[in-house]
Amino acid sequence: MQKQAASAGEEADSTFLWRASLPRSYLGFFGQKLVRFLVAVHGLGAFTLITLGAMFSKCGVARNVMRPLILGHLARAGLRLLPMIIFLAAALGLVVIGQTVSLLSRVGAENFHLLGMVMVTVVVRELGPLLAALFVLTRSGAANVIELGTARALGEVEALEVLGIDPIHYLVVPRVLGMALGIFSLTVYLILGALASGYLWAFIQDVPLTPGDYFSQLAAALNGLDFVLLALKTFLFGLLISVVTCYHGLAQPLRLADVSRATVRAVAQSVVGCVLLDALFIVVYLVA
Amino acid sequence: MPDAAAETNLGAPATEMIDVAISSLQDTEQIVLEGINWRVAVGDYWAVGGLHASGKSDLLATAVGIMRPVRGRYRVFGQELGAGFEEDLLAARLRLGLVFEGGRLFHHLSVAENIALPLCYHRNRTLAEATEQVQALLELTALDLWADKAPGELRRNWQQRTGLARALALEPDVLLLDNPLTGLDPREAFWWLNLLDQLATGHPILGRRPMTLVVAADDLRPWRERARQFAMLKNKEFINLGTRATLTTHDESLFHELLGTTASRP
Repeated sequence: MQKQAASAGEEADSTFLWRASLPRSYLGFFGQKLVRFLVAVHGLGAFTLITLGAMFSKCGVARNVMRPLILGHLARAGLRLLPMIIFLAAALGLVVIGQTVSLLSRVGAENFHLLGMVMVTVVVRELGPLLAALFVLTRSGAANVIELGTARALGEVEALEVLGIDPIHYLVVPRVLGMALGIFSLTVYLILGALASGYLWAFIQDVPLTPGDYFSQLAAALNGLDFVLLALKTFLFGLLISVVTCYHGLAQPLRLADVSRATVRAVAQSVVGCVLLDALFIVVYLVA
Repeated sequence: MPDAAAETNLGAPATEMIDVAISSLQDTEQIVLEGINWRVAVGDYWAVGGLHASGKSDLLATAVGIMRPVRGRYRVFGQELGAGFEEDLLAARLRLGLVFEGGRLFHHLSVAENIALPLCYHRNRTLAEATEQVQALLELTALDLWADKAPGELRRNWQQRTGLARALALEPDVLLLDNPLTGLDPREAFWWLNLLDQLATGHPILGRRPMTLVVAADDLRPWRERARQFAMLKNKEFINLGTRATLTTHDESLFHELLGTTASRP
């Protein structure tokens, strides 16, 4: 009898859950995700502050060690990616100009005075910085997590501390500076390359547009704020990607088996972070 | 910089733990040792024995200053290490060196760069400026042939030697060693014991200044006739066994296990 009563009770419970509009398990799922997100934001915020603190308070410390390190990371997140960025720039110019010219022809627009404005809006303000940042993330951000995660798992971070070397100063600061400068420079090259290749594709498609007209269109569409926001945005992308990847490699105790999972998490969080940051800048553009 | 008075002042306190509790390096919530009262004097040569997971590495990590004690006071050459800003404690901490088990080398640097890193970082030198001192350390540890190799290419004994050379680069007053003889063949072990003896009595590379040594080991047999002070870790306790003369008076079964004398006991 008791068993029957119990099973009836369970049935009633499960019916209640089944009928509920948002079952408790869903709430638990979203709650867990939210708590994890907040914990990650809290950890990342603290790590960013510690990194910036080390960057400024140890500015002149061990210059002979730090300078080659920073240059090395600048080469890794910038110079060595240049050939690939030129290729991306050529492709980006082609797709944007190709699509725009085809659209303008379809709607019957005879003159192509919108081309410059489209290039500035799409390439300079949006796709250029985001594409360069995501490209550096895949090439050099993922390597950051793997290198630092392995160093952490093998106890090299403790070895640095024993030698009186601040791991944040030695391992994180050069990566942040290298990546911020790297993304900034690559974005500039990507934009210049895309603008040039865009004209090339327009020329090949027989668009009646002289180089002089094209560049005066670009100049008219650009304003001072674009340059300031572009610099700010690329540096923030660099800061975000380097801090997120270094945080996941370094901030928690890791075992070697955890390194791949940390890499996946860092790349996903960096992508989400970059897109959110980009969305934030749209608000600035719209207001300004 | 080393204090000239302390260098010659044999018997003065180098490190002092007063009622210290220590957590695990992996899990800082877990206490591995408590109630430690341990004074290491300048010129001492300690051997601390303990089985696996008895807290030897955690004790050394706390002693070298990378982990703060959970409770109690810890002084290094008179300076409290338990509180204060990192920068203020750095000078005291750099008077201590630690050789990790297995060396724990930086895999992105070559052997010579590993040894040069502390010198270049703390004295702001370029690699070229540190060459002379690095070469002397490479010769001391017979690592000349491997200077440009990556640590991953080296066998364990050479990695361990690189760890020693790196720890000696800043000429610390106190050298702590975590299981230095693990996995070494008898000839290599003999090389280590001899070099440590020379360091304890005063090696030319350190200007014949006697170095204070603390060795933590699973097996106390090699240190039986070499170390001068002994201690043992058991059940979260630090047991001071005194000097070599008083060693045989202890009737602790673990102690005899560590010394390999269990079979001879009645």
